[in-house]
Amino acid sequence: MVGYAETIHRNDAQTASAIKAAFERTRSYRFWKDRIAVYFLFLCAVCVLAPLFSILGDLLTQGFSALNLDFFTKLPKPVGESGGGMANAIVGTLILLGIALTVGVPIGLGAGIYLSEYAGSRFAFVIRFLTDVMNGVPSIVYGIFAYTLFVVPMKSFSAWSGGAALGIMMIPIVTRTTEQFLRMVPSTLREAGLALGAPRWRVTIDIVLSTAKGGIITGVMVALSRVAGETAPLLFTAFGNRFWHSNLTEPIAALPIQIFSYAISPFEDWHRQAWAGALVLIFIVFLINLIANYFVSRQSKMFAGRK
Amino acid sequence: MPIEEVMERQLEINPQAVSKTGESQGLTQEEIKISVKNLHFYYGKHKALENISMDLRPKKVTALIGPSGCGKSTFLRLFNRMNDLIPHARIEGAIRIDGKDIYGKDTDVVELRRKVGMVFQKSTPFTKSIFDNVAYGLKILGLRDKEIIHQIVEKSLRGAALWDEVKDNLSKSALQLSGGQQQRLCIARALAVGPEVLLMDEPCSALDPTATARIEELIFELKKQYTIVIVTHNMQQAARVSDETGFLFLGKLIEFGNTDKIFTKPDNPMTESYVTGRFG
Repeated sequence: MVGYAETIHRNDAQTASAIKAAFERTRSYRFWKDRIAVYFLFLCAVCVLAPLFSILGDLLTQGFSALNLDFFTKLPKPVGESGGGMANAIVGTLILLGIALTVGVPIGLGAGIYLSEYAGSRFAFVIRFLTDVMNGVPSIVYGIFAYTLFVVPMKSFSAWSGGAALGIMMIPIVTRTTEQFLRMVPSTLREAGLALGAPRWRVTIDIVLSTAKGGIITGVMVALSRVAGETAPLLFTAFGNRFWHSNLTEPIAALPIQIFSYAISPFEDWHRQAWAGALVLIFIVFLINLIANYFVSRQSKMFAGRK
Repeated sequence: MPIEEVMERQLEINPQAVSKTGESQGLTQEEIKISVKNLHFYYGKHKALENISMDLRPKKVTALIGPSGCGKSTFLRLFNRMNDLIPHARIEGAIRIDGKDIYGKDTDVVELRRKVGMVFQKSTPFTKSIFDNVAYGLKILGLRDKEIIHQIVEKSLRGAALWDEVKDNLSKSALQLSGGQQQRLCIARALAVGPEVLLMDEPCSALDPTATARIEELIFELKKQYTIVIVTHNMQQAARVSDETGFLFLGKLIEFGNTDKIFTKPDNPMTESYVTGRFG
């Protein structure tokens, strides 16, 4: 540092010595300023992790004791009887997520491809803005939307309407991540495909999509784990069910609804089951994120190329 | 750059300084692979290429040289209609390959691009295996016979002088190859669909000298079978690999002719200043 100052001011000994003096004077002050900044940032990181770990800790201590084979295999018991499980809610949540995937992914993916590959800039801007707005819409509004769209005409709460509500919630997230990852694909790759005589749609599918595959799957997984824990959109759509559903046009049980109704009940046993349900739900989300992570790391390896 | 301004002025006041175009006299139909006639090209209102005429001979290497922004890449990309997708781009005049106007109404762009392959400045391997990269063009054509695909992939990789290096790792990701290998892979990929013309847009600009030398050797081999048009910034490279050279400046073809002549005693003083490194 001193050397640098001397170099640029080597014709001016007075300036150099002034800089040198200032440098010496602030030495310890700068040292502490740096330390304080680092400690502050570290504290922020701890603040991020603390709630997460306390939630996980609570879930484990409270819920783990209620986890047993019955919890995964049995139906809820009637009020007053102890025991029973949430088998129907676990299966119900998986079915709802499956329906959400089939509704949300094709539409979100298609819209994302269109935005990135074909849309004019003005139209893309409008769609992008609207998807951002959609992202911010409270989830209960999606529930009301699905209610008027599906439940009212079908005259019944149903698995379809619940899955559709979750699927519609996924659309903006899938659209945006698809578009972003497709835009990351260098345009030279598209040109290379076209130069081989491939028509544009094949270039989009074979080259652009397959290059961005990992990122898109990640986006889908993020969207899925986001909606997996949603309760509000299911309240007037899937509705919940204390028994097995016999088909998808009937109300269906779902973990978030089950947790909600057990948690506000006056029974000790149900409270413990609610904790266990929350633990299972967070485990499902964790699993989805793990899968997403796998695809991200594979994708970044592909982009990085040779090491 | 003042010298460029001088050049520009020279163009304005002395139209004869713009050479008598590149039409080689007395060539028969068989001796011309690509014929460019009174070609103008516009990006919107901006005129990118102006009145270019030249005849490119089959199984020769034609180099296009000129300072950045002179339109050589734009020009090259007209030969396989890669500029089609650019909005507001407009072309006048004609480019004929084997006597057929490629901008005519009955031209099948997909077929044209199969006949006129292209290698880009930056290597563009797809995120697929080495084998699938080379086989991609064939799959697009609807070829399903695995045996034949395998044969063509091998032949193309041999043609691009890459086979010996990758034959044991054909299922490896193409992105794991080195830069020079990737570029040769792109050449193999272009060869696989059986082109007659190869367009190369500064194929060595991102490569080290050794990899560049390999590509140049390869170009030497390839010209036995293919008509090659290469854009390059590297004058020595143009002198080494090409049979004929065209010098472009500000969208005009200043001079076109035998490479030896262009580099030793060009007709046009502008060409001379450029090839001797006095500007550009």
